[in-house]
Amino acid sequence: MSEHVNITIDDREIKVRPGEKLLWAALENDIYIPHLCAIKEESRPNASCRLCFVEIDGIDYPVAACTRQVEEGMVVKTRSTKVDRLVKTAFELLLSDHNLKCSECPANRNCALQRIAKERGLKLKHNRFKPIGREFELDDSPAEFAFDRSRCVLCGQCIWADRVGAEAWIFGFANRGIDRVVTTFNNLPLAELKCNECTLCVDACPVGALYYKREQKV
Amino acid sequence: MSLIEGEKEHILACVKEVLGENTKTRENLIPLLQQVQHKLGYLPSLAMEKIAEGVNVPTVDIYGLATFYNQFRMNPPGKHQVKVCLGTACYMVGGDITLESFERRMEIKEGETSPDRLFSLERVACVGCCTLAPVVVVDDKVEGKVTPTRVDGIMLALNEENGKAAAEQKPDQSEGDDNGHS
Repeated sequence: MSEHVNITIDDREIKVRPGEKLLWAALENDIYIPHLCAIKEESRPNASCRLCFVEIDGIDYPVAACTRQVEEGMVVKTRSTKVDRLVKTAFELLLSDHNLKCSECPANRNCALQRIAKERGLKLKHNRFKPIGREFELDDSPAEFAFDRSRCVLCGQCIWADRVGAEAWIFGFANRGIDRVVTTFNNLPLAELKCNECTLCVDACPVGALYYKREQKV
Repeated sequence: MSLIEGEKEHILACVKEVLGENTKTRENLIPLLQQVQHKLGYLPSLAMEKIAEGVNVPTVDIYGLATFYNQFRMNPPGKHQVKVCLGTACYMVGGDITLESFERRMEIKEGETSPDRLFSLERVACVGCCTLAPVVVVDDKVEGKVTPTRVDGIMLALNEENGKAAAEQKPDQSEGDDNGHS
């Protein structure tokens, strides 16, 4: 097997490691593809955020870049009418369950959703889909940080950090469908669990759901 | 939901028995939870913690699994179980209003059990007698055309029944007290 494979993304020829997933190959070559749930080390990607769609020559439907391995001679386009429509819908669905008070959010200007909106020319507004308006209790029980589920995008980055990084096994997904949440056993406050406040989960959060209290805006 | 006297021992014994009879693997979690729920009527936190310990998976994963499937319940069934139908026909004629009426009268939310464990309230999707909509099933008895006024009637009957049951128990207790004092 050769040391690298040649692929073309948006007319740019790049050399990438064999076996690499398309998403990471693109990102490492400064080609932006929207993504939230992708974790490079994960052998079987969740592929749940539905944002990293790309078009591959020879396949007549868009595919999720986080699940597709690079192949020699692959020709990829990160934008197309089909891709843009899928990403727009997925993004709007995420926003329909997202607290859009960005000015009050500690992650304002450092937020994965804002980056996607900027890169793809999408609006951070409720438009086609009405806001669901789920109500959550703020968990501010830890000393250093807090968890505001109204800003959670269910990407699972905190769960990965909690399990693989911290080996604390505190966070997990619960409920189903529209009621899906990232939560703890019995929805207990973090301070009542074996959380040693390593804050790896806070660093992993791409939005302002897990945030440091010192960065909180009044 | 706090446990009642002697319940803790019962839960521990049940989980121990189920874990002893089955292979303790992640793939086998759903049958394990089903068996425990079959014995206890619900999945108390303590049971979920003990299963997590026995199978060596995080407790939050058991919680995630149990909340994902409708078949698992986290609250004990009440002495009187009220199921409000929210199927299409019942919903169209105000099944949600009926449900709200029960929630107000029982002072609990759908899916919960009253602290005294007398009532539990659930929603179901079609009982199969849509002509009687909105339908409510009270302890396996089907009640048709349940308006908020009828909810009051049903609650009155249930409370009366509970009052009678309590009154029948009381004389024994007072005798016991007298003996204790003398």
